[in-house]
Amino acid sequence: MNQPRIDLSPHVSDEIRKTTCYMCACRCGIDVHLTSGKVTYIEGNKDHPVNKGVLCAKGASGIMQVTAPSRLRAPLRRVGPRGSGAFEEISWEEALGLATAWMKPLRETAPEKLAFFTGRDQSQSFTGWWAQQFGTPNYAAHGGFCSVNMAAGGIYTLGGAFWEFGQPDWDRTKLFVMFGVAEDHDSNPIKIGLGKLKERGARVVGVNPIRTGYNAVADDWYGITPGTDGLLILSLIHCLLAAGKIDLAYLARFTNAPLLVNETDGPEKGLIVKNAESQPFVIDKRTGKPAPWDGQGVQPDLGAVWQGHRTVFQHMAERYLSADYAPEQVAERCGISANRIRILAAELARVAFDEAIEIDQPWTDFRGDLHEKMTGRPVSFHAMRGISAHSNGFQTARALHLLQIVLGTVEVPGGYRFKPPYPKPVEAHPTPHFVSVPGKPLSGPHLGYVRSPEQLALLPDGSPARIDKAFSWENPFSAHGMMHMVIPNAHAGDPYRIDTLFLYMANIAWNSSMNTAQVMAMLTDKTAEGDYVIPRIIYSDAYASEMVAYADLILPDTTYLERHDCISLLDRPISEPGAAGDSIRWPVVTPDRPGHEGVRGFQSVLLDLGVRLGLPGMTNPDGSAKFKDYADYIVNHIRRPGVGPLIGFRGAGGDLEGRGEANPDQMQAYIDNGGFYQAHVPQEALFYKPWNKAYQDWAVATSFYESPQPYLFNIWSEPMRRFQLAAEGQGFLQPPDHLRAQIRQTMDPLPIWYPPFGEAAEAEYPLHALTQRPMDMYHSWGTQNAWLRQIRGKNFLYVPTKVWKQHGFDEGDYARVTSPNGQIVVPVAHMAALNSETVWTWNAIGKRKGAWALDEGATEATEGFLLNHLISELLPEKGDGLRYSNSDPVTGQAAWFDLRVKLERVGKRDHSEPVFAPVSRPVPKGEGRT
Amino acid sequence: MTTLPHSTTKKLGLVIDLDTCVGCQACVTACKGWNDQGYGAPLSDQDPYGAAPSGTFLNRVHSYQITPEDAAPIIVNMPRSCLHCDDAPCVTVCPTGASYKRTEDGIVLVNEDACIGCGLCAWACPYGARELDAAAGVMKKCTLCVDRIYNENLPEQDREPACVRTCPTGARHFGDFADPQSHVSRLSAERGGMALMPELGTKPVNRYLPPRKKDVMQASPLAPLLDIQASGFAGWLDKMLGKIG
Repeated sequence: MNQPRIDLSPHVSDEIRKTTCYMCACRCGIDVHLTSGKVTYIEGNKDHPVNKGVLCAKGASGIMQVTAPSRLRAPLRRVGPRGSGAFEEISWEEALGLATAWMKPLRETAPEKLAFFTGRDQSQSFTGWWAQQFGTPNYAAHGGFCSVNMAAGGIYTLGGAFWEFGQPDWDRTKLFVMFGVAEDHDSNPIKIGLGKLKERGARVVGVNPIRTGYNAVADDWYGITPGTDGLLILSLIHCLLAAGKIDLAYLARFTNAPLLVNETDGPEKGLIVKNAESQPFVIDKRTGKPAPWDGQGVQPDLGAVWQGHRTVFQHMAERYLSADYAPEQVAERCGISANRIRILAAELARVAFDEAIEIDQPWTDFRGDLHEKMTGRPVSFHAMRGISAHSNGFQTARALHLLQIVLGTVEVPGGYRFKPPYPKPVEAHPTPHFVSVPGKPLSGPHLGYVRSPEQLALLPDGSPARIDKAFSWENPFSAHGMMHMVIPNAHAGDPYRIDTLFLYMANIAWNSSMNTAQVMAMLTDKTAEGDYVIPRIIYSDAYASEMVAYADLILPDTTYLERHDCISLLDRPISEPGAAGDSIRWPVVTPDRPGHEGVRGFQSVLLDLGVRLGLPGMTNPDGSAKFKDYADYIVNHIRRPGVGPLIGFRGAGGDLEGRGEANPDQMQAYIDNGGFYQAHVPQEALFYKPWNKAYQDWAVATSFYESPQPYLFNIWSEPMRRFQLAAEGQGFLQPPDHLRAQIRQTMDPLPIWYPPFGEAAEAEYPLHALTQRPMDMYHSWGTQNAWLRQIRGKNFLYVPTKVWKQHGFDEGDYARVTSPNGQIVVPVAHMAALNSETVWTWNAIGKRKGAWALDEGATEATEGFLLNHLISELLPEKGDGLRYSNSDPVTGQAAWFDLRVKLERVGKRDHSEPVFAPVSRPVPKGEGRT
Repeated sequence: MTTLPHSTTKKLGLVIDLDTCVGCQACVTACKGWNDQGYGAPLSDQDPYGAAPSGTFLNRVHSYQITPEDAAPIIVNMPRSCLHCDDAPCVTVCPTGASYKRTEDGIVLVNEDACIGCGLCAWACPYGARELDAAAGVMKKCTLCVDRIYNENLPEQDREPACVRTCPTGARHFGDFADPQSHVSRLSAERGGMALMPELGTKPVNRYLPPRKKDVMQASPLAPLLDIQASGFAGWLDKMLGKIG
């Protein structure tokens, strides 16, 4: 038989250009193959710290995104009614002139009338700085409806959280427990980590109502009822305390467990007892007397009682030993049997204490005490939106961190590890800045961590300073802002009206709002005089998303392969536990929109606008531009002396790390290095970072702190207690009366569980309804992708067996789904591996007809649907005439997982409801692949 | 009819670990991306932005739900592509000799120059592993990235199938099953690697590692330090703190 001869070594490509993926927020390194100047293949960069060569379904499909027919081609000015999608193409000069003419008078008279919010923005340290120079207090990115509960719960407790903040010690952990992990978050790193655990045969436990993806490969699945994770966690803590399976040495040395809680009635009650120098102290077991919390050789006594004040440890233990947290008490509510809760607690204890590991690495702690070895407890956790997106999410995140703390697994071998620049205690973060003065920049960054009522963003009359009411009594710790409240509040004029809404990369007229239909109505609503209630809307996006139709002016952005970007240590970097890291994007292909005005990278456009507006920091005294474009800014901007957006290749010679003058060749050095840079943590500094002298010194040298910042983990949160005191009537600044009870309850200084606010609808709406993003899609970007939409072009409402039978559903059926806020009619499918009280669907598959250059008959636009129509930005009215946001009362996190619904079978249909009129196309419908 | 070689020097194939596969579809699009510009005709897409897009894929991931009588339901994600059978019915059915199994490594390939697009092979394959490309009119199938694994224009570490290189969980392994000491042979032996539908006699080369047993965590409930009802919190505290002296 003659086999054909085939070429086994064909030419692969002309050139590989290494940059950073942006098919989701994960920031993997990619090798982009180019042949004859065109992108021909994209694969993972093997040297890259985030993905180490692997790449997800989205990343490899990026090639279809750079040629997507939905790409915008020129600046657009609205010519029809808002929402119709009728636009004319204009020149960049006209577009920038128009934007300047709208914004300049605002800056000179009332800067707060510009609200600038960015969605899936990876340049927040830049966009925030721009907004600061403009002088508006109204800036944030999308964290408020993403996972601020997780971020803030971590910062206030540990000085770091998950994803960019830290990750499990994948190489050493023996038991890994994930709570509510969305499968799109930290995508490839978690998959790589799970692969490592599976290879070693380590146990993976999934706590999630839905058993797909990561939970499908988990060795043990705890199909918990939504919103009850905190209760389960506190019950696990109860079991550990009752059995004495807690790490006392760890609690005594590294947490505020030995500090004393003031028991004296009055303004100090419940605060940590301080000495004359305003320093907390401990009782030294050697002497029985007060001693400095950070004194050398001091042995803090967890059981101390001093002048009637007991330790945090005693308050904590007493609370969670209560029978209220016994497994038998919580089992029914959580949907997990008491026996299984006890088994999980026992397994956590067994692995943490009986399988402890040791690394032969001496280290010195902040007290100056030398340790011969690094002891590790190989239990680790990860959690994300399943916990975050509930109105009890902040306290639940705190509870999870407390569980890690009592097991002694944070920053130890086998446990959870921080990624530089974290750990960073709450005290090392800025507080919010919000005082706007016409013609002047804001005095500091917008977002921060509030420690006491005095730091709230309130005007002298006590009303919220920000349009989203972030950092107000309603949600004091809203560290990421509250993007979901901007449009509802601006529309209601509560707390005030704005003039121009400036949005970047936020599909807020569709899947990025809690209630899509209501938001569309607000964006198009007019006053009695016939003007739009929100007078002007400027939007920047690369694609013809649903939001485009609702803007008055479109500033078209480039795709991710056509732009400069900077994944900065000042923002959300790509660090690993063993190395600080940052990275860039650079134009591996030139933006090309033949026959049209063309597109520009949004950050360069912002700099151009900044010069036209005369903003300090980007304008020279003679009015000329300080930076040619964003690439020039990335290299030459100095944030603090010696510190700029990138830490690598600094200094005139390009050989300095962390601190150094700007290096004009820095961008090329990054490109030559594969698009990223890593500063490695020294061996003796790899663990125990918050307390490790060697780490603290390295962090100062590498620019993360200006001085060493050792600290204790906050089991007892003093900032929370300060708010509780205010609600109890203590102090000068007092919350409004209608919020007193809520603040007293939810600002408890020890983690608590309370039912999510959505539970109020339980009687009429018996089911929980959730969404998650598939691993092969990211927001609305993915469903327009020629390859990805073939994998998942339609979504179903997945229904558990009990409910499927109860309603007599058949394959191909539709259901009417009703919540307190509205109803939708959608296709259903049966799923057994699902909590019996829960229905769910894939997020952001549904599309509006006419958007994204898709055919109007695309399944995404006919059968595809969003759950958003069932959710509201506001809680149901309480009869007091006030508006309450549907958010976590601590952080303002959008509580979209609180949703409750009921179902009704409607039989066969071929179209989901509601149906919206098609929008006019700003770009033609896509035909074949280009 | 086309004949199969009596034996092949190597038996190249994949081990796919169903205990580890999270169903992320990374292998699907990495395969599509490489083979769209690799061996033979591109993998075309029809109506890619339309109402009913359909295109050629050499590898697809299916998810199956299993509901045991006595345990919690599970979901198994199963990537499916050509298994490079030793007794490949798709080869013997081919009327033109276009389908063949390589004698040196056992890869089942289609010589597109000789393929008339009759579709008999797709009909003969019990695994549904072949797809007729609607634009090129020729049969497409997994090539095990024959244009990567020997490609001297690629760094040595990249000479593996695109699906294996990209798999984020490391659930896919490539190697020579003819060598009992190879990584894939040993992995398959250790973890009970399964052939798909062996009763059909196609002798697939690829192996699937079955999911490990789920939901069997056993731990004796923790013994309480003492009867806290009787001793009160103070008793607990004494006993607890006594542990560290």
